[in-house]
Amino acid sequence: MSGSEPFFAGEGITLRFGGVTALRDVAFSVSKGTVHAMIGPNGAGKTSLFNVITGLYEPDAGAIRFSGKSLTGLPPHAVAQSGIVRTFQNLEIFTNMSVLENVVTGAHLSVKYGPLDFFLRTPRYFREERRLREEARAELSFVGLDADVSLPAAQLPFGSQRMLEIARALAAHPRLLLLDEPAAGLNIRETSALGELIRRIVARGVTVVMVEHDMALVMDISDRVTVLNYGEVLADGTPAEVQRNPAVVAAYLGEEA
Amino acid sequence: MPFSSFLQFIVSGVTVGATYGLTALGFTMIFNTTGIINFAQGEFVMLGGMLAVFSMKWGGLPLPVAVPLSVLLVTAMGVGVDRLTIRPMRGKPAVSLVIVTIGVSILLRGGAMLIFGKDTHALPPFSEGAAIPLGGASLLPQSIWVVGITLAVLVAMKVFFDRTITGKAMLACACDRKAASLMGINVDVMVTVSFAFSALVGALGGVILAPITLTAYDVGILLGLKGFAACILGGLGNPFGAVAGGLIIGVLESLGAGFLSSGYKDAIAFVILLALLFLRPSGLFGKASADRV
Amino acid sequence: MSSNRGKGSAAGLAAFAAIIAAAPFLLPDYYQSVLIVAGLFAILSMGLNLLMGYAGQISLGHAAFYGLSAYASGILTTTFHWPVPAGIAAGVVLSGVTAALIGIPTLKLKGHYLAMGTLGFGVIVYIVFNEAVGLTAGPSGLTGIPRLSAFGKTFSTDREYYFVVWGTAFVLFVLARNLVRSRMGRALRAIHTSESAASVLGIDVARYKAFVFVLSAVYAGIAGALYAHFVTFVSPGSFSFHASIQIVTMVVLGGMASLWGAVAGAVFLTVLPEWLRAIEDYDILVYGAILVLTMRFLPGGLAEGAERARGTLVSAFRRKSPASAAAASGAEGRKP
Ligand SMILES: Nc1ncnc2c1ncn2[C@@H]1O[C@H](COP(=O)(O)OP(=O)(O)O)[C@@H](O)[C@H]1O
Ligand SMILES: [Mg+2]
Repeated sequence: MSGSEPFFAGEGITLRFGGVTALRDVAFSVSKGTVHAMIGPNGAGKTSLFNVITGLYEPDAGAIRFSGKSLTGLPPHAVAQSGIVRTFQNLEIFTNMSVLENVVTGAHLSVKYGPLDFFLRTPRYFREERRLREEARAELSFVGLDADVSLPAAQLPFGSQRMLEIARALAAHPRLLLLDEPAAGLNIRETSALGELIRRIVARGVTVVMVEHDMALVMDISDRVTVLNYGEVLADGTPAEVQRNPAVVAAYLGEEA
Repeated sequence: MPFSSFLQFIVSGVTVGATYGLTALGFTMIFNTTGIINFAQGEFVMLGGMLAVFSMKWGGLPLPVAVPLSVLLVTAMGVGVDRLTIRPMRGKPAVSLVIVTIGVSILLRGGAMLIFGKDTHALPPFSEGAAIPLGGASLLPQSIWVVGITLAVLVAMKVFFDRTITGKAMLACACDRKAASLMGINVDVMVTVSFAFSALVGALGGVILAPITLTAYDVGILLGLKGFAACILGGLGNPFGAVAGGLIIGVLESLGAGFLSSGYKDAIAFVILLALLFLRPSGLFGKASADRV
Repeated sequence: MSSNRGKGSAAGLAAFAAIIAAAPFLLPDYYQSVLIVAGLFAILSMGLNLLMGYAGQISLGHAAFYGLSAYASGILTTTFHWPVPAGIAAGVVLSGVTAALIGIPTLKLKGHYLAMGTLGFGVIVYIVFNEAVGLTAGPSGLTGIPRLSAFGKTFSTDREYYFVVWGTAFVLFVLARNLVRSRMGRALRAIHTSESAASVLGIDVARYKAFVFVLSAVYAGIAGALYAHFVTFVSPGSFSFHASIQIVTMVVLGGMASLWGAVAGAVFLTVLPEWLRAIEDYDILVYGAILVLTMRFLPGGLAEGAERARGTLVSAFRRKSPASAAAASGAEGRKP
């Protein structure tokens, strides 16, 4: 049985805020090396689910397993240590840092020097800092951000800030990347570049779970889709199956058409 | 300890605690609309007492005029503080806003020292009459005023929140600032109203307490801090918890001073505050909440 | 760019060391004691800036950590006749351990609980200094504290003490700068803008906040012990709420997240009252005005002001001769 355990899965996830039930008995299962989309109307609970996965919210019930280990009850930094990193729907870039420093900060967990090294500035400190900056530059060009890296991050245009968040997340070397509405606020050209970028991320061996409203993008790049509605799973399947599901059409796609 | 002195400590604890509660209410209102802790809250309390004292002393006004006038002036100052220092800082990090309120608090305190001097002053009690005996303890008529006015403020607030549009809008701000502004609630106006309201209840607390505990330019620091302790005790953001927290702190402080040592009296509220921050930061009546991202 | 920055900062440190070495010989003797006090405040505000400017956490009770160490070292060396270095070490450890006890639970909370927690703590400590007369000698203060002596040498003149204090300040400056430009410094600044984003990148937010709080209390403890063995007398008045606000004001005026700013703010606000004797009683108003106005109009403090002034100069210069201006701006590098 354990041999067939999915790479990443949750079950029975329930989250309440006072009277509001943001998530009710949610289950999902994600295979390694795939793009898995979470869709659903605003307020369906998609961001809340990401918050539960990354340990920012504590669910009232439910279990999440990743790569054979339980994530239940872990604080956010421990979830990150296990290899899960995310971006935010409402951009949480570090506005008090340069573009490059944002990405270097993303590599926090990979830094191999201790307090003595940086307080006393040992050769190891300099070596690691050089490596971090080089890798950060590489991630920035990987996501196609060719702005001046010493610019304050807050001065980047919105679309570039989205790419910066992805570069920062990639610098953490995740095995699972969670993207919360990565296409929101992007223009058509930027969106198609994003689709291509996500493919390249998967090609690096990273599994991607993304919340997205742009149906063309979702249908184009996802291997599987989970539909949430009012905090409950409404449907789950391949993009084609979901598109044909009458309940989904009624609740969500119909609304769009 | 004889029962009569125990009762006496309770009576004076409730009296002082009611003002802590009003101060705490002020913290709560501003926290709810802005998410920051207003360090100038204690100065509103100080100004309430001092302005009443000096409108009598220098303006020759009778007490029944001086008291409402002082409360009104402080309310106007609350609006001024928001307009001049808080509103221009919108969108700045919370640390910066908190520092600004610290700056405002020292400006108000320093200004009061400059204008009114460093002496301690008493306001006459609101009504004449000897202390009323009560089971061996004695009850000052002013204590009745304090408790009565605090209760009246609570009732008025309840009505305000339940019945008026502004009150409901303020509660909405408290629950979710972003959503409130999306729903067309003018958050700027709500913030101004909350500053006015905080200044008003703070000044009321200061003016009703001044006949009992005396007042001076620097009483705001301790009153503000104790109000904050009350506010945490009641659960930050919960107005009724705030007043309950104030009463509890007032009584514990009064009993502590009686049983233990009066030198450490002022430390009691802070020991409670620190203990709470360690053991139950969401307060007695609050519930833990998560940051939204 | 990075190597430029490295050179620029080395040049900055060399200039700092040179100014420290030269100052007592250039200024009248009277200024030495003022500069010693300025050095102590520089240590205090560097420590507080790590906490406030970098990590975005406010402590309104820093004078308590300053005072705990001053009293501890004072009492141990006077009443219990400990050697001065042992007293200083004990004072610093006491400040750090107390900060850990206060900080670890408080900093788990989001929001500004630390500000209120430390403020309350500061008031309690101040009351204890006044009330525990048997230990602290109460409001009248503890007298007869020995001057600093170590390795058989007593630092009895102001000039000698000046070098002890500013030498310590220099070392602490370098350590703080090294911290700021490391993984930990980035983690602290990340926490400042978004605790959520920091934590999902693997930064243990509560641990870092607690660490930097303890570190800033250790800085305060070092300043406190050095203070006790300089003035040889401590009384509660030096460690009141007002003193905590003074340190906050130095950090804000100098510039949040700038170590140079912390030093500049401390020196400026220590020397200024010496010139403006008239404001004596009303310095509190000046502090209030500085806090409000700096936050509103120059959020980066003196450090930002200097940076802007330099920018204006460079661009004015550049208009005249493009080549030399570019060279000038490159050589200066960025400040930490
Ligand atoms: N921190 C919170 N406090 C209270 N309610 C919340 C919080 N976070 C989310 N919610 C509620 O949970 C529900 C789901 O929200 P969310 O997960 O953001 O939806 P989505 O990302 O699908 O648009 C909404 O009703 C929202 O108001
Ligand atoms: Mg969402």
